[in-house]
Amino acid sequence: MSAVYILWLRQLKRYFRSRARIIGSLGQPLLFLLALGFGFGPTFAKAGGGNYIQFLAPGIIAMGILFTAVFSGIEIIWDRQFGFLKETLVAPVSRLQIVLGRALGGATVAMIQGAVVFIICLIAGFRFQRAVLLPVALAFMFLIAVLFTAIGTAIGSVLQDMQGFQLIMNFLVMPLFFFSNALFPVQGLPGPLQLIVRMNPLTYGVDGIRGALGNSFAFGLGTDFVVLGILTAVLLAIGSYLFSRIQL
Amino acid sequence: MIEVHDLVKKFGDFCAVDHISFAVPEGKIFGFLGPNGAGKTTTIKMLTTVLQPTSGVLRVDGHDPQREQYKVRRAFGIVFQDPSLDDELTARENMELHGVLYGIPSAERKERIETLLAFVELWDRRNDFVKQYSGGMKRRLEVARALLHKPKILFLDEPTLGLDPQTRNHIWTFIQGLSREQSVTVLFTTHYMEEADRVADEIAVIDHGKIVANGAPAALKEKTQTKTLEEAFISLTGHVIRDEDASSTDRMRMMRNVWRGAGRR
Repeated sequence: MSAVYILWLRQLKRYFRSRARIIGSLGQPLLFLLALGFGFGPTFAKAGGGNYIQFLAPGIIAMGILFTAVFSGIEIIWDRQFGFLKETLVAPVSRLQIVLGRALGGATVAMIQGAVVFIICLIAGFRFQRAVLLPVALAFMFLIAVLFTAIGTAIGSVLQDMQGFQLIMNFLVMPLFFFSNALFPVQGLPGPLQLIVRMNPLTYGVDGIRGALGNSFAFGLGTDFVVLGILTAVLLAIGSYLFSRIQL
Repeated sequence: MIEVHDLVKKFGDFCAVDHISFAVPEGKIFGFLGPNGAGKTTTIKMLTTVLQPTSGVLRVDGHDPQREQYKVRRAFGIVFQDPSLDDELTARENMELHGVLYGIPSAERKERIETLLAFVELWDRRNDFVKQYSGGMKRRLEVARALLHKPKILFLDEPTLGLDPQTRNHIWTFIQGLSREQSVTVLFTTHYMEEADRVADEIAVIDHGKIVANGAPAALKEKTQTKTLEEAFISLTGHVIRDEDASSTDRMRMMRNVWRGAGRR
């Protein structure tokens, strides 16, 4: 287990040491929160949706986690290219321990990023309803952090270099964010869009966080939890398998 | 200590390693020489468990790198052809991480890290980030790290590439000492022939995936009727300059810097 711990610690150290990255990756959620939150606020209220910042904040928190988690996973490509991956692959520890250490490290970093976005949301005027449910929200944040780190790990294990970076950005990360309930409610969406949104794992994460913080689940706490729990386990298994097949 | 019998590695139709055999006895320094793309690194990758051979038998410290991966991994230390340090960590943290991965108990780890860092003259710079190190310092750190878990076998893939004569000399003197005093078996590759001539007990010259000659440096010179190992090498492998696929590392480095932002020193 100490191998898992030291690799987890490595991810954290790297995160805290690159201040440019922390600040840089906060830019996007901040932009969405302020521009969309205050821009669409009046329209959303007029349509009877209530306070848009209240609605949007959980989506933006999930967004911060999504981006950081996927990229933490994809960092395998950098480690492969710059050599550090080799150091771990020739060490007498199982691939599973390496992948777990990396995934937990990436997920922790994504969680911290999510927590920072959370605080920014509070400053922007977001208020959660019941403090008792805060741990539930954190649990959902952690689940999506692990889930998307696992997806990043799976991709990073298969890709040889960063040529596919734009591809992942435009055809995976962005669609995951936009085709979810982060920006708009699921109810009342046109059929095909509704179907896509319901098939998106991020939707259940956002619903879980939104429900826990605002007390209004679209799918229910149980459904969100079961769907995310199973998906996370499956993706972690796929990510571990693909990682274990890496040859140099 | 290292045995290779009839080893083959094919990538599609291309035969990178073509039925090679050699053996390195315990405590010997073995030079593995060949032009670019001859199959040296591929062979080392297979010996060090990170690449599956197409066919052939391998033994490292008596174990099969494919089936007894952990035993083999415990037995060797390696300095890769290109750097494998985490440059966002300090030298000490890199050593610490290695020590934990290899399950060295905490007290012993601390002591050995200090000894080895002092030995490669990096103890004073132990808390500096590796990204601030020069090429030679990184190399020395990698040698120190490879020795942390007291390996019986040391693989060195072009350990002195791009280093000044002082550093090269320093590293080889150190490695010769290890072989003599602690019977560490060494397999290395290099393009510096005078270096190979000086330190190797035995040499194998590999070209196009095949071993074209092997023996002590003096024997190779005698065989080819040449005065220096460099002449012997060229006489064995010809004058044709080999192409090697360029990696996309440079492009990657640029992208990484863009992504990480300007916070890097």
